[in-house]
Amino acid sequence: MNAPIPNSFRNQPDAQGHFGQFGGRYVAETLMPLILDLEAEYRKAKADPAFHAEFDDLLEHYVGRPSPLYFAPRLTEELGGAQVWFKRDELNHTGAHKINNCIGQILLAIRMGKTRIIAETGAGQHGVATATVCARFGLPCTIFMGATDVARQQPNVFRMKLLGAEVVPVTAGAATLKDAMNEALRDWVANVHNTFYIIGTAAGPHPYPELVRDFQSVIGKEARAQMLARVGRLPDLLVAAIGGGSNAIGLFHPFLDDPSVKMMGVEAAGHGLDQLHAASLAGGRPGVLHGNKTYLLQDEDGQILEGHSISAGLDYPGIGPEHAWLKETGRVQYTSVTDTEALDGFQLLCRTEGIIPALEPAHAIAAVKKIAPTMDKDAIILANLCGRGDKDIFSVAEHLGVKL
Amino acid sequence: MTRLASAFAKGHPALVCFVTAGDPTPAATPAILDALVEGGADVIELGMPFTDPMADGPAIQRANLRSLAAGTKTADILQMATDFRARHPDVPLVLMGYANPMITRGPEWFAAEAAKAGVDGVICVDIPPEEDGELGPALRAAGISPIRLATPTTDHARLPAVLDGSSGFLYYVSVAGITGKQSAALASIEEAVTRIKQTATIPVAVGFGVRTPEQAGPIAQVADGVVVGSALIDIIAEHGDKAAGPVRELVAALAHAVHNARKVEA
Repeated sequence: MNAPIPNSFRNQPDAQGHFGQFGGRYVAETLMPLILDLEAEYRKAKADPAFHAEFDDLLEHYVGRPSPLYFAPRLTEELGGAQVWFKRDELNHTGAHKINNCIGQILLAIRMGKTRIIAETGAGQHGVATATVCARFGLPCTIFMGATDVARQQPNVFRMKLLGAEVVPVTAGAATLKDAMNEALRDWVANVHNTFYIIGTAAGPHPYPELVRDFQSVIGKEARAQMLARVGRLPDLLVAAIGGGSNAIGLFHPFLDDPSVKMMGVEAAGHGLDQLHAASLAGGRPGVLHGNKTYLLQDEDGQILEGHSISAGLDYPGIGPEHAWLKETGRVQYTSVTDTEALDGFQLLCRTEGIIPALEPAHAIAAVKKIAPTMDKDAIILANLCGRGDKDIFSVAEHLGVKL
Repeated sequence: MTRLASAFAKGHPALVCFVTAGDPTPAATPAILDALVEGGADVIELGMPFTDPMADGPAIQRANLRSLAAGTKTADILQMATDFRARHPDVPLVLMGYANPMITRGPEWFAAEAAKAGVDGVICVDIPPEEDGELGPALRAAGISPIRLATPTTDHARLPAVLDGSSGFLYYVSVAGITGKQSAALASIEEAVTRIKQTATIPVAVGFGVRTPEQAGPIAQVADGVVVGSALIDIIAEHGDKAAGPVRELVAALAHAVHNARKVEA
């Protein structure tokens, strides 16, 4: 599809929440008035310096921002091409970028007078981040998690419980992330009067894709300023892993109108694009799910297919609508790497830089491994290290045939 | 007069019955649809199964999964509608479901195929008035009624937007929640229907949580129609391929209560 080239890539969505043909508000009527309320409250918050001041203060003193910008010398040398830099969002409190968004959303929930928080989680990172901010602000918290994921992510389930959250295993469907999201939506429909739904990625009905992007854009804003301060110029290529796409849009968005900066989103190709995978852009087509229109893995009748990835955080059959739009406009290039390539990237970073990454950014590292050698030595790649790998050591050990 | 308009102009409140197409198998659905008509249903809602039925409770979720596991395709559902229309030329048939299966081949394709199959109306749970352009224009152009939902959260200011571009009837969802067992107090239903009818010029049918003749009768005293779904789905879940008989019995009891609700009152 040949979409017209816009004057700016940073002025989406439109007033109805559409990113080109994507996004929108495809929700049951019960939720519609609440979605409109949320949008109105977000407009007010966005214009309120006090809201930004509280958000910034919590990010600095509670989350630990700004996160460092790090040049990876041994990885760069090993790959023998472009300089590789990382935005170290794995050093945030709770160990991933998810907390940035949770801080923003719980402040909105409090502004709206909501007294109960719900969230969905796949790998458990967003669940832990949500449980964390709920403990911090003293709000009761219910986390919906697929029963399959509960079984394979026990450490995070225990973390959420320690933080005071109720974890509800969801047995419907395939009992993974999309089913957890269905169940969270069902709970929300039944409790709209007092409940705020903290969605974990830049997807769902408008205004979620916009507000999650805005909260996560702290990543790209910091990185842009840090890069200018450190090397006096912008990077040539940004790389980030994509499940729903919140860490990627957070890094990319502040750079979208810098024409010299190329961007690459990395989807999870699982066992391979011709087999089980979670690459919605590469292997899906546009459709409607979970409140927005976007690329989805689906059959010819529009029934949703299960995603597969070694990374539970990328294991979702859709993608945030802004990424769907950025793909169609051609502003961002999207690629995918397999489970095996991600495992290689994971070990490569451990060995060369002494950093154990989560399996999600291991996909970005695998893409960097492929592209860095093809670029000049004075070129700069900036990749988002969006989470640390502590949570993944059990699954990595299993895949490497090591018994712990 | 359209089939839907006739169904609400019989001189008594209408009974609207919902079942999921292809539950438990595509082969079983025609006999169940016949049982609804024989029992006295005035409008048939045929659910299109979807992998992710976000507005439905456990009973209808499982019906969706049973149907998909039995291999039900969109083409099968359109065939069920075509065959139903041949057997029952006068009974209105409404397809109800989620957006993605309806728009995946393009809304015009879906509207044309549904019209050809004799479908009178379409309820799409996750297309609110704000996204009407996704399906509404195609349905209206094909002569199919887009039927919208109003809920306890739909206030007076919003109601005209919900009614705009819809026809056939308005489906009032009596509880803020999912389909299933939770039911609203009669007083709140009466208040809501009275309020809605000040604005709405089309009939108002009330559903969600209506399971028994004892519940349906009093609602029929205040509404133009009563929708029953999960209670029928539960019977199908219990009796499987042999569900037609028990379904007919419950529908007959519901129809008796709904059709005579105002006579009893008078």
